[in-house]
Amino acid sequence: MMSSSSGTPESWISSFCSLLGHEYFAEVSEEFIEDDFNLTGLQTQVAMYKEALEMILDVEPEEDDEDEEEDDDEEDESIEGVERMRHGERRNHSRIASDLSVIESSAEMLYGLIHQRFICSRAGIQQMSEKYELGHFGVCPRSHCEQARTLPVGLSDIPGEETVKLFCPSCLDVYVPPNSRFQTVDGAFFGRTFGALFLLTFPEYDLTKRGADVMAGARVPEDDKEMLNGMYRRNIAPSLGRARIYEPRIYGFRVSEVARSGPRMQWLRDKPNDVSELDEARRFAEENPESDDDDESMNLNGRPVRRLRQRRRNGAGGGSPMETNGAESEL
Amino acid sequence: MMEEFASESDSDYTSYWRDWFISSRGNEYFCEIDEDYLTDRFNLTGLNTEVQYYQYALDLITDVFDLDCDDDMRETIEKSARHLYGLIHARYIVTTRGLAKMLDKYKKADFGKCPRVFCRSHPLLPMGQTDAPHQKPVKLYCVRCEDVYNPKSSRHAAIDGAYFGTSFHNIMFQVYPALVPSKSAERYIPRVYGFKVHAAATLIRWQNSQRADMLRRLRKLEVESGFKEDMGGDDLDEEEDEEDELGADGQGDAMHVVG
Repeated sequence: MMSSSSGTPESWISSFCSLLGHEYFAEVSEEFIEDDFNLTGLQTQVAMYKEALEMILDVEPEEDDEDEEEDDDEEDESIEGVERMRHGERRNHSRIASDLSVIESSAEMLYGLIHQRFICSRAGIQQMSEKYELGHFGVCPRSHCEQARTLPVGLSDIPGEETVKLFCPSCLDVYVPPNSRFQTVDGAFFGRTFGALFLLTFPEYDLTKRGADVMAGARVPEDDKEMLNGMYRRNIAPSLGRARIYEPRIYGFRVSEVARSGPRMQWLRDKPNDVSELDEARRFAEENPESDDDDESMNLNGRPVRRLRQRRRNGAGGGSPMETNGAESEL
Repeated sequence: MMEEFASESDSDYTSYWRDWFISSRGNEYFCEIDEDYLTDRFNLTGLNTEVQYYQYALDLITDVFDLDCDDDMRETIEKSARHLYGLIHARYIVTTRGLAKMLDKYKKADFGKCPRVFCRSHPLLPMGQTDAPHQKPVKLYCVRCEDVYNPKSSRHAAIDGAYFGTSFHNIMFQVYPALVPSKSAERYIPRVYGFKVHAAATLIRWQNSQRADMLRRLRKLEVESGFKEDMGGDDLDEEEDEEDELGADGQGDAMHVVG
């Protein structure tokens, strides 16, 4: 599916990612996996961790370097004796089939958990942005979102709890993927952070654009770069607001809010007509002019409100958005 | 879709047209219109100008078609019959019997389930965005989130929305108010390593205040809100705390991910 940057085409990772239902997965680079730091804590979460890791990296256990094997054994002693016995067995006999299927499912679990971390790393989120542009994650089913591109997310970081969902940046809601083949993919393999982190990492994507424009990498135009709450104003839930709320009607007449079957959920799709209303810090400062000392008038971007006003007066397009956002420095 | 119809219909002269029509692939959203309804000319008022070969098309629907004609003609009439059936369908499904039939289909989730995660697979109803034909395709309405969704399958996405109309789904819940599910304020909150994202969080706070306003209005009029817990403005803070607790798990693991 993806053009893999380094690995051979028949590697475990690329064959895993090309399985039916695995279209959302990025190919984790071997470099990322080989850095032990990135795998911290995963040993205890996955059965037959070492074998699973070897499988993911296409390392033939028989060809293992003897020194390396010794090192690992030492580690194993401190973890589990049983594990060690299995190592010994394997050295003498070839792997039995049932063992292999356990390792295979462990490898998938391990890959998923590494994947959750990888897609939040610089290289991983970059790869996911390419997939986003290519439309690998599908579109929002909501009619008013008009086929906005979605992002795969988990509702939990713990495996086995929820399947993968699709987050729509245009309405800020989550949906079940349309194809049932994704209903077996664990949401924890994408995690709770990726969706929101993606938007913070790539603020330049123009979320009002659709289809071919996204494919062409449409960016926020230079003349509409006004910021609000750390985002470009035009990118704040573009598919929400008065004009994009369904209004129930019977023979042309609106159904009253007071009716038993009247509308009660419109707030979920609402947005202020003027999004400046969402600038809580500025509004607070305006409504409480007496508390205007420097410590308390900081807005949530960590800048004094006074400066923010100045910037606004300077007009759109001035300065890098990153200065007020700080998101880039996260990565 | 059209080819399928043509190839099947040629050999199906004798079978009941409506039976065949509603059981064809792609027509799962339609219910069967009663013979009685079809034969009452009053119900069809105005449709004769809307449909080509109206009488032949109606004959075909009511299984009394006996015109000897070539395949092209037959196909044209067939197409007209499908269009006519759709237009009558829009009228039929707002009658007592039509509503009952659609209710059965709704209960079986024949129209699919809401894709929104927090609607928990609530069944959908088909709807049109306009009552005029050839304008907009059918959409699906979820009464739980009160929003409109695109059908998953392209077969369904090609059906004319006018065959269901703009009123049917709302009449359904007007007639059967007990069917209206309880509403929920449960929602998705974008987070990064457990922390809410500022822009989304401010919008959510604003939306929550809109909801609180609505609940206050309803309470003043002593109208039931439909929310399980009628949370007013005072409870909003509490609610947020709950959300925070829910989000607290699994954060420990996230620490070392920033690479």
